[in-house]
Amino acid sequence: MWRVALVVFAAMISAGVPARAYMAYVSNEKGNTVSVIDTDKLAVVKTIKVGQRPRGIELTKDDKYCLVAVGDDDTIQMIDTKSGEVTATLPSGPDPELFILSPDGNLLYVANENDNTVTVIDMKKRTPLGEVQVGVEPEGMGISPDGKILVNTSETTNMAHFIDTATRKIVANVLVDSRPRFAAFKSDGSELWVSSEVGGTVSIIDPARHQVIKKITFSIPGLRSESIQPVGINITRDNKTGFVALGPANRVAVIDGKTHEVKKYLLVGQRVWHMAFTPDEKYLLTTNGISNDVSVIDVAKLKVIKSIQVGELPWGVTITKH
Amino acid sequence: MTRLPIIVLALLLSVTASAVTAEPLNVKIGYLRRARHLETISLVQMPPADDGLAGAQMAVKDNDTTGRFLNQHYSLTDAHLKSGDDPAAAVEQLFKQDVSLVVTDLPADALLKAADAGKAHGMLFFNAAAPDDRLRQKDCRANVIHTAPSRAMLADGLAQYLVWKKWTRWLLVVGSHERDRLYADALKRSAKRFGAKIVEERVFKDTGGARRTDSGVVQVQRQIPVFTQQAPAYDVLVAADESEVFANYLPYRTWDPRPVAGSAGLVPTSWDASNGLWGGIQMQSRFTEQFKRLMTALDMQAWTAVRMIGEAVSRKNSADPKVILAFLDSPQLALGAFKGQKLTLRDWDLQLRQPILLTDGRTIVSVSPQEGFLHQTSELDTLGYDRPETQCKLQ
Repeated sequence: MWRVALVVFAAMISAGVPARAYMAYVSNEKGNTVSVIDTDKLAVVKTIKVGQRPRGIELTKDDKYCLVAVGDDDTIQMIDTKSGEVTATLPSGPDPELFILSPDGNLLYVANENDNTVTVIDMKKRTPLGEVQVGVEPEGMGISPDGKILVNTSETTNMAHFIDTATRKIVANVLVDSRPRFAAFKSDGSELWVSSEVGGTVSIIDPARHQVIKKITFSIPGLRSESIQPVGINITRDNKTGFVALGPANRVAVIDGKTHEVKKYLLVGQRVWHMAFTPDEKYLLTTNGISNDVSVIDVAKLKVIKSIQVGELPWGVTITKH
Repeated sequence: MTRLPIIVLALLLSVTASAVTAEPLNVKIGYLRRARHLETISLVQMPPADDGLAGAQMAVKDNDTTGRFLNQHYSLTDAHLKSGDDPAAAVEQLFKQDVSLVVTDLPADALLKAADAGKAHGMLFFNAAAPDDRLRQKDCRANVIHTAPSRAMLADGLAQYLVWKKWTRWLLVVGSHERDRLYADALKRSAKRFGAKIVEERVFKDTGGARRTDSGVVQVQRQIPVFTQQAPAYDVLVAADESEVFANYLPYRTWDPRPVAGSAGLVPTSWDASNGLWGGIQMQSRFTEQFKRLMTALDMQAWTAVRMIGEAVSRKNSADPKVILAFLDSPQLALGAFKGQKLTLRDWDLQLRQPILLTDGRTIVSVSPQEGFLHQTSELDTLGYDRPETQCKLQ
């Protein structure tokens, strides 16, 4: 305990007193709330009531709004980060779960699980611009750094669909393992990583050739393979290290960004879903669905340094950039 | 950066070109079923006319959505037997229509006739309905995959929970029909495996008569307490009544205030319309939207069978039953079927491994295997006949 306290204390000193602390927003799927964590204090400073079944969560590029998909209310709510209150909603289409902003922040792409579409929303006008038909149960959303290619994964079709954002047409489909849930590009756009929850793998895809170039598998002594269910993926800006949340395996896998070898497994809370880096990439926060907490990973040391109690069934997390 | 759009464009052209020129791979699936008439005690549990078939139809649609991207097309041929029709003749008929993948909703004997008739043509069958353990044991076939859980799997799923709950003293009430006795046999086997004790076994005789009458409730209220009185001390009444004669009359009417499980009360099943776990809610809402009714266990078992075919075809780009079976009966299969984990086949009897849901018809009470029931390879193999126990010789 004293060691953790020391580390935290040291971290606080080294960080100094920032003009404005980074805030992490955590969606609590069952609690119908969003917990706000001060990433300097590593403590919950506020809890915001939102709609039914909040899951996908992301901040606008200017940090002014926190967007949270409330699936059972068929909408995306906009939390004003200054007041901490829901002030507007977006026409997301039915049952939104995950969504992603275009790099310029002007467009929002939403996966609608129930009707096999991706909805495109104009963020300035807050109106829908159109839909793209994809596979059965679209879920994961990734966007290339230049914003030209949107990738959607469909859970029952088991594909990553490559969508040209200019024409909104599918240009390629890549088969991956069962129930693909999340897609993330490297910051240079050279690789796309797609996690398959039921298949238990991460497919590394060459986005230019639309081909799986490598499949990462996981094996943890003492755990049966069915319980290893990869979901969230986060890759450091320098592309040297990838982190994969392994669901009910209660671990985050650390992957070498170049060789794609698993370097380490970090024990976090139960049923780890999604993750987010602080902007300085000092910490990686993970949401742990069953244990109702957030684990804090020290990215440089690859150590879990703290767990923070949040609301019921935490699912998604996003952190302010400014 | 300028290269990327060119490559994409080239790929786009090649994809469109191939989509136009190449014939799609046609995957023809048969759905072989026999008219059956089951009067249930509860009005809300009456099986719909398209029970099972609807699940297969939805999976064909799901497969087709994937197939759109892979130039594969799926179709379903519904072969509906009347009582007295020969299943072997129906199989010949399907084969003539170029169908060699068949999902069945048939009782055990009819299924064996169908499978044996299809053997010469290399046809592959998916048993979506029959729970008989003998189909996975002595009467197993190398061309029959089982997506329906066996009675032993259902009974083991229930028994694990009852034992976890420490309700280990069972009063077993068995119907007087063959299938009721088979279910009771499975329950007795489970009790022995997991350390429960059957304190007494009673038979509820089917004396005929209608399920519903205007004043029936008055009689039932008096019959059931009398039937269940003077039992040795027990924790839970376990009923084996696949024939729907009495089990649903038991809850709240037993002499001693005890919970009911088995064919009524807490029921083990592969699926229930109340299941929203592991993305199941998406499945339920898609199904309800398409068919305007709730999804049953048989629908799920048929959906799973057709999805298994789709999974194999999308990975292997072949509709050949041999290629499909080889893929399904290998570690490559990792089927997603809203059960919280990948599903695979037992290579010793071609039974699909799957968790068993325990439901009271309104919510999912629990899911087996229960925590603490361990297994050296897959905890799912604590349900049903495991490799060392098998009497199946696949041929």
